[in-house]
Amino acid sequence: MEQKRKLQVRNLNRVFEGAGGSSVTALSDVNLDVKESEFVMIVGPSGCGKTTLINIIGGLDTATSGEVLLDGKPVKGPGADRGMVFQGYSLFPWLTVQKNVEFGLKMKKIPAKERAEAARKYIDLVGLTGFENALPKQLSGGMKQRVAIARTLANEPEVLLMDEPFGALDAQTRVVMQELLAKISRTTGTTILFITHDIDEAVLLGERIYVMSRRPGTVKEVIEANLPGERSHNSLVLPEFLETKKRIMDMLWSESSDAAMGR
Amino acid sequence: MNKRENSISMNGKKKKRSAVSERLLSLICFLLIIICWCVGSYGGMVRDIFLPSPTAVAGKIIAMAKDGSLWANCWESTLRVLVGWFWSAVAALPMGMLMANSRKISAFVQPIIEFARYLPVVALVPLTLLYLGIGETQKYTIIFLGTFFQLVLMVCDTVAGVDSNMINAAKTLGAGKMQIYKEVIFPAALPGLMDDFRLTIGWAWTYLVVAEMVAADNGLGYMILRSQRYLATDTIFAGLILIGLIGLVTDFLFRVLSRIVAPWYDRLTDK
Repeated sequence: MEQKRKLQVRNLNRVFEGAGGSSVTALSDVNLDVKESEFVMIVGPSGCGKTTLINIIGGLDTATSGEVLLDGKPVKGPGADRGMVFQGYSLFPWLTVQKNVEFGLKMKKIPAKERAEAARKYIDLVGLTGFENALPKQLSGGMKQRVAIARTLANEPEVLLMDEPFGALDAQTRVVMQELLAKISRTTGTTILFITHDIDEAVLLGERIYVMSRRPGTVKEVIEANLPGERSHNSLVLPEFLETKKRIMDMLWSESSDAAMGR
Repeated sequence: MNKRENSISMNGKKKKRSAVSERLLSLICFLLIIICWCVGSYGGMVRDIFLPSPTAVAGKIIAMAKDGSLWANCWESTLRVLVGWFWSAVAALPMGMLMANSRKISAFVQPIIEFARYLPVVALVPLTLLYLGIGETQKYTIIFLGTFFQLVLMVCDTVAGVDSNMINAAKTLGAGKMQIYKEVIFPAALPGLMDDFRLTIGWAWTYLVVAEMVAADNGLGYMILRSQRYLATDTIFAGLILIGLIGLVTDFLFRVLSRIVAPWYDRLTDK
């Protein structure tokens, strides 16, 4: 069955005008599709414009030219239909876990009782039941990011945009969070677009992987990477995993050695 | 889980112990100053007219408390500080928030505020007398002028310092402009704003003395200035000590209030 196209990025360019007429092309002619319920990864070295790309999709930045379509309609500015999870946890430190998760629903003026119920459901989904009344400062990094994910999901966005959400976590916690996210994707069918510079993460989670290159940031290749079975830490040693990982590494290798030499 | 709770409670104990020793240090500092004062005064190293003895100052304070002038003067001065500062805070808060979030508004008012900030308030006293006379309004105005322009810039800075990640998160959660002000920027800036308020109310006491220098017939500032005329150094010292004590109490109240309105906030000094 052909899946519906959920999110489309068409011929996107982003040029930053610097002082004295100099300009930097951060994104050059980027095209991208995310189908309904799909888990799409964008992987690329730092400086390839991937954060700029996701900010434009999220409405926090504006493209110089090109467009972003959600369900066929062009998007303008930020909106609850494109929920974002950032690398910095960006929780509201004065609100409890419960109230943080309720935030988006409160903005939509959903009655308190309904909001509380919905929030509890998503707090349970991310495994934080029992911590409803904790403040963010009492939580570990992984737990904070669980709250951020629950807060975004509670809003029931059309697409979940994730900007290196596990970048600040230690290696073990990161794998636990990746497993959690794979499970959420499987059980809720949420459409996810996820950005990372970590090739392992991209191969482990992605159904499709967009590999980006730098200077100017553009899509180099699209890889279908369907690992067999449920994604977990065990997938990290599958031959299919290693094969895809090698393909991406080879692709990025020549470029990153150039960059390291300052070329 | 148990282990975690244990470590939290241990942390709490450690915190308490270090807080006690810090308080002890503060107390020792006060004690040292009082000892120096005693040595200088009772040891006959400084003449009474320059440095009155602690007993003379304490006696003066007790005498003032008995005849009621202590309470009256403290009350008059505190009221002036509070009213002048209150209006300055009420005006500075929305102004500073607007400046922090709109480049146009900032471009419009910032230069004039920077200009006014450098005007010595003392130099404005003649004008306030001319325009407003010698009543209480003139005193409130002096305190307002002394604190408002500083406070606007402080509020603007504090509000502009709110983590943009949080604002972006709120935007992608569907918050509108007014909702972001009310639900994100204001609560996020609140601890910093409380600090700004605490600092400016301290400055208000400086301007109080300026305001009471002319055309006042009560208040601590007036009391100190009049005492100079009669070389009543003990009264001057009593006045200074009272202002300092009121300052300490104000500071303490603000800290308590900060903790009530923003219990989530970890101050560096609390860690």
